[in-house]
Amino acid sequence: MNAPAPASPPSPYSSAMGKSAMESHTLSVLVDNEPGVLARVVGLFSARGYNIESLTVAEVAHGEHLSRITIVTTGTPEIIEQISHQLDRIVPIHRVTDLTLRGRSIQRELAMVKVRGKGENRVEAMRLAEAFRARVIDATTESFVFELTGRPDKIDDFVELMRPLGLVDVARTGVAAISRGPEAL
Amino acid sequence: MKQMTGAEMIVEALKDQGVDTIFGYPGGAVLPIYDALFHQNFVRHVLVRHEQGAAHAAEGYARSTGKVGVLLVTSGPGATNAVTGLTDALLDSIPLVCITGQVPTHLIGSDAFQECDTVGITRSCTKHNYLVKKIEDLPRILHEAFYVAANGRPGPVVIDIPKDVQFALGKYVNPRGLQHKTYQPKVKGDLDRIKEAVAMMAAAKKPVFYTGGGIINSGPAAAHLLRELVRLTGFPITSTLMGLGAYPAPDPQWLGMLGMHGSYEANNAMHDCDLMIAIGARFDDRITGRLDAFSPGSKKIHIDIDPSSINKNVKVDLPIVGDCAHVLEDMVRLWRTDALRADKAALDAWWAQIEQWRARKSFSYKKSASTIKPQYAVERLYELTKNRKTFITTEVGQHQMWAAQHFHFAEPNRWMTSGGLGTMGYGLPAAIGVQMAHPDALVIDIAGEASIQMCIQEMSTAMQYRLPVKIFILNNEYMGMVRQWQELLHGGRYSESYSHSLPDFVRLAEAYGAHGIRCSDPADLDRAIQEMIDSPKPVIFDCLVDKAENCLPMIPSGKAHNDMILPDTDEDIGSVIDDKGKMLV
Repeated sequence: MNAPAPASPPSPYSSAMGKSAMESHTLSVLVDNEPGVLARVVGLFSARGYNIESLTVAEVAHGEHLSRITIVTTGTPEIIEQISHQLDRIVPIHRVTDLTLRGRSIQRELAMVKVRGKGENRVEAMRLAEAFRARVIDATTESFVFELTGRPDKIDDFVELMRPLGLVDVARTGVAAISRGPEAL
Repeated sequence: MKQMTGAEMIVEALKDQGVDTIFGYPGGAVLPIYDALFHQNFVRHVLVRHEQGAAHAAEGYARSTGKVGVLLVTSGPGATNAVTGLTDALLDSIPLVCITGQVPTHLIGSDAFQECDTVGITRSCTKHNYLVKKIEDLPRILHEAFYVAANGRPGPVVIDIPKDVQFALGKYVNPRGLQHKTYQPKVKGDLDRIKEAVAMMAAAKKPVFYTGGGIINSGPAAAHLLRELVRLTGFPITSTLMGLGAYPAPDPQWLGMLGMHGSYEANNAMHDCDLMIAIGARFDDRITGRLDAFSPGSKKIHIDIDPSSINKNVKVDLPIVGDCAHVLEDMVRLWRTDALRADKAALDAWWAQIEQWRARKSFSYKKSASTIKPQYAVERLYELTKNRKTFITTEVGQHQMWAAQHFHFAEPNRWMTSGGLGTMGYGLPAAIGVQMAHPDALVIDIAGEASIQMCIQEMSTAMQYRLPVKIFILNNEYMGMVRQWQELLHGGRYSESYSHSLPDFVRLAEAYGAHGIRCSDPADLDRAIQEMIDSPKPVIFDCLVDKAENCLPMIPSGKAHNDMILPDTDEDIGSVIDDKGKMLV
């Protein structure tokens, strides 16, 4: 999913903007759940050379056929602003909210982590899983599958800890995010 | 309401949208629509000879009328051939509705005959596109497509209609009361910001208006209001290639086009100004040149209907999102009611500076008594047609820039050119579209001998519909702009840019049943142009011009506005661009 970040531009045409530092932003995009809408969003990112760190999508209002796409992207503030405007131009998009600019948002991701091992490693994996509040959702005599929910960096930490203990596979959902407080997005 | 087929609904929707002319080419997947067209007399169909021609003709029609241009093509190759025209319309913000046939729904995805993923292919070259899977959706989508194409920043919309949907029966719904649930572009500008803008204008010492195709798209009212505002303020005005005609070129406040081949006075005014008022222009790389040296000392106001145009290439100080005509109306009103005055003394000094730049006569060229200079040919064409209702289209290259420099437009919608995409082959089909909309006007495609061959097949269309379009070829036997860049950047190694094995254009015209004229003598040029104007037929005019002429002035790649190559400098043209500039286009 990750496109490589463009190298520093060789062209004088593109040197006036984009001198600022790169930032990571979470965009929440409410769309009509119609065929091709995800292709439009993903196509926009690839066509204009923007990065996608994470992208999740699911229908959130079945009656109205509305889906929410949550995109984590990186770029300079100018590029992030441009991404928001470009997204807003896509006809079936209702609303684009930059949760990072709004501040006070909650981000969660779900991961399933498979670890294979015996003896001391297996005990250690269980112990760490408890510390991270990961649940065991599948077990054999030589493996566990842990389910873990949290901020992406917490999941990164857990995966790193599992690596020497027999990490086999990781499946992650990508980030879902919402604003804090009583207001809608 | 009576039941009708999908194909009948399409024709009904065209009528309801006020479409009297469409451009197209039949094929298996659109036969039901062609049958529905056969049974009516309201919508006139123009049969082109290639679907790219249909798209450009629809663009010419749209650009010259302000209406939505419509094309109808079949599935597969019909759709893919239209892609260049759709992309062209996207880049230049031309409202088009393109109806494509598709294989029946049950065959979609089976690699059926003449099947292609039309919505997939056109997703990135349209403003929006639709695949109609059920007859119930068809009427709404047809009307929505016209709404999306014409509102906000205009653009092309594709409706892909499978053949079974064209045959299916359903209830037609007319467009009255239809409201789009997500797409509602903002047309009124923020009044506080507009107030701030006029205050900045009143305080400016070295202001310049920089206008673009958005004024033309906004309609005649925008051009009218622009003229009023420019005259009220006394500020100088320049425009992009796409905006020519919005402000009358013969006027003394007009600085000429700006940008890579723009005038010295326009580019220097942009570089040295202290206030830039950008209206319906998008800071394209042909305009800005080197971005980090672009107008370094100015505050910038940017009025555009598309929020994504703002701060895209150039950071501006005061963005105003809205339709040009609406914002200009507020600006004119505020300037009047607040009795604002420009800083007269500062403005006089600014104009004195501009007049010095203007005195360099950057569009000048060395006259010749023996060969026709291409600039001279355009000048004479202008002089001999300026008192008529004349529409100019162009192909792409040197001739296009000479047309922009030396043909002086006084009205909007009279100038049709492929600006953003730079599509060779645009001019002839666009001229056909213009002539369909304006049967009594003089429509001239200023062309190059290379470009014209890219859609020359449309001569046949011009003949069939008795469209007396005039193709004025500046024939220098080279892809001139390619040749010029090879001279600039590649040591004069003219790799594949010579127009070899050219047809005899006079006999080619005659083969189509049109009129052919050739001229190589400057003394005979006026007579020959008059012969072209007087001919009731389509004309191919083969104007043999100087083969080595370069299009100047020029901002070389990677240079700033105040670093132009002028026609009278003796600089070695091959040495002015550095290695960094060579990487640019």
